[in-house]
Amino acid sequence: MHHVVVEQWSRRHSFVHQRDARAKLLVALALLAALATSPASPVTAVPFALLVAVGIVAARLPLVSMLKKAAVVLPFSMLFGAVEWVAGQPLAGAALLVKSYISALTVLLLVASTPQPALLRGMESLGAPRLLVLMAQTLYRYLFVISEQAQHMRLAAVCRQGSAHRSQRRAFHAAAGALAILFARSYVRAEGIHRAMAARGFAGEFHSLRPPRFTRMDAVFAGVGSAVAVLAHLLVSHA
Amino acid sequence: MTPLIEVRGLRYRYDDGTEALRGVDLTVYPGETVVLLGANGSGKTTLLLHLNGLLQGEGSVRVCGMDVSPPTLRDVRSKVGMVFQDADEQLFMPTVLEDVAFGPLNQGFPPDEAAARARAALAHVGLGDIEHRAPYHLSAGEKRRAALAGVLAMEPEILILDEPTTYLDPPAQRSLVKLLVNLPQAKVVATHDVRFAAALATRALFFDKGQVAREGSLSEIVELFRWDWDA
Amino acid sequence: MHIPDNFLSTPVWLTLDGVAAPAVLWVSRRARKELDEARIPLLGVLGAFVFAAQMVNFPVGVGTSAHLLGGALLTAILGPAPAALAMTAIIATQAFVFQDGGVLALGANVFNMALAGVLAAWLPLRLFAGRRSVGLFLAGFFSVMMSAGLALAELTFSGIQMPSKLLALSVGLFAVGAIVEGTITLAVARAIERLNPRWTGAPVHQGSRVWAGITFAAVLVVVLGLFAASSAPDGVMRIGQWADLHARPVLAAPMADYSLPLGPLWLRRSAAALLGLCLVGGSAAAASYFLLRRRSS
Repeated sequence: MHHVVVEQWSRRHSFVHQRDARAKLLVALALLAALATSPASPVTAVPFALLVAVGIVAARLPLVSMLKKAAVVLPFSMLFGAVEWVAGQPLAGAALLVKSYISALTVLLLVASTPQPALLRGMESLGAPRLLVLMAQTLYRYLFVISEQAQHMRLAAVCRQGSAHRSQRRAFHAAAGALAILFARSYVRAEGIHRAMAARGFAGEFHSLRPPRFTRMDAVFAGVGSAVAVLAHLLVSHA
Repeated sequence: MTPLIEVRGLRYRYDDGTEALRGVDLTVYPGETVVLLGANGSGKTTLLLHLNGLLQGEGSVRVCGMDVSPPTLRDVRSKVGMVFQDADEQLFMPTVLEDVAFGPLNQGFPPDEAAARARAALAHVGLGDIEHRAPYHLSAGEKRRAALAGVLAMEPEILILDEPTTYLDPPAQRSLVKLLVNLPQAKVVATHDVRFAAALATRALFFDKGQVAREGSLSEIVELFRWDWDA
Repeated sequence: MHIPDNFLSTPVWLTLDGVAAPAVLWVSRRARKELDEARIPLLGVLGAFVFAAQMVNFPVGVGTSAHLLGGALLTAILGPAPAALAMTAIIATQAFVFQDGGVLALGANVFNMALAGVLAAWLPLRLFAGRRSVGLFLAGFFSVMMSAGLALAELTFSGIQMPSKLLALSVGLFAVGAIVEGTITLAVARAIERLNPRWTGAPVHQGSRVWAGITFAAVLVVVLGLFAASSAPDGVMRIGQWADLHARPVLAAPMADYSLPLGPLWLRRSAAALLGLCLVGGSAAAASYFLLRRRSS
């Protein structure tokens, strides 16, 4: 699965991996914003593509696999690129395609070099509501567990189905029933989680461990990274 | 010697009307390991859930001299550490360290102290090197030990274990036994695994339909109820 | 319906980020207040459930299949504020972990699906509290219509010019998708209720039906307006032209020295039109705020 690979990448070691999540978030946002506000032409994307490539190499991540993974945006982008092209703006269409691809690659670089818990904690210390962060963290924690259950259920359904052709209506209701059971299991699991939380003294307040220290190197990284993003923006806007 | 746990005439009925406990007595002294045997649905887990106030039925439950009731829950839960059957439900935080520190943080320790306690507990169960791993990626044995560390970090006086050998392969069971034998806390263990029980038990209780059918030594009870596949 | 980055023009994504951020803060505070502490883990687990549920295919005829989107189902189970927060967590996870939907466009996607979508799902649930089936179907239907309509409108306002035939086609597809979501929501909620009737018990009987009705009417107007506007961009431009004259001082002030993204005329106009849209949406949200407040008092 997609996020299993990305999670393994995020636990590697490199200069980029070592940087504080907040610093990386800031640089990623600066890059995304600089790219998004640049003129709509495919050439615009060149310096940004180079920057992201440098980041991928510095993070010691596999370039080709990263390029493949970021391609998830392409179907959507191609559709709208084609729409623009039909509407008589082939250049804008191409720009849309290239820019959205590089944006996806930027986000992928961020999550492939930052473990998800660190990223969430970074977002929280930048002001994301505690409850939302908590929810995202529980969601991610049980994504694997519940998806696995769903896959087992699908497998079991395929085994039972055999070659008999069922009516659409029955198949539809069977799917609804399967989801209801998946829901019931999730619900019971959530109760179990709450029990486990209560057993260890949870009384409604969440306390967290101290976030990692924001080092001078992190500050330099954040400053230089954002400055480079702005420079790239100025370069393509005035070229 | 004053008992750590004193349960008298405990009754509990679930919302759906099932009578899970029908007058249970249990006394546990320091240093003991009491094993609960009995069929699925005989009330073992329901009793365990009463010992740190996750369920509250009729009758009396006293832990370390405190009546288990809403005002004492906070203290009771510091004294009684509960390891659940499903480690995936117990390990809900994104990293092992954060999960193990969850208890100490709730006890009111400052973050650095909580982290130190969590690290010590992880080292104790032999997981010192995986504090930043995500619980999902641990093996069943590692999950069980991480869950145990989460409880030990709170420095309880009593350990409650519900089916601790579930999903564990024999080597993982062996290392769990070694670990538990060397822990000084009094233990209450519900299990179907008679060999595992034999390695730990100082006393055993047999549950039947929400009541303690018999109390005695493990071998006595296994023989009486033919509670082993070759018995 | 997850809009990637670079599809929306700068004023559009910036405005929606600006609208969504405080709205999510408010929703989060509200959810914290009305949620029983025991249900906190449920929100995250149900977020994971919605992800997993999308792996289960529902046959919808002519050899195609669809899957649940989940906003309306979550609303029926959790109530509006917790559902909106759970949807926000889902959308953010999709954006960051799966690169499904942009990060700058996060505000837009959250606004469309987590805020407006959940509001559009909750109102019929409230209005048809006595006729649960109707409420559930309409909840699924309107959540998708609202989200899709907003997405389409935002793309149009961002200057993505779709040929009118394609627009008509996508509006048609959205309507089909909305019917499918309504049907799936109804079927799944019913199946869950058969297992345990307490599980889908969001408090739908409280609060004023009058306010719910007024807000629902506002939502209807917005949805219809969005589709009309998207299918006839000329009309939008005319509104935009009008709004540009009136709204220019407001818009120009904070961005006066930043001429780049506001450059082209159509962009400025569509931004103004979007602002108008936000006002309509805002009044709907305000109405629902009073509604919620009455409910809790």
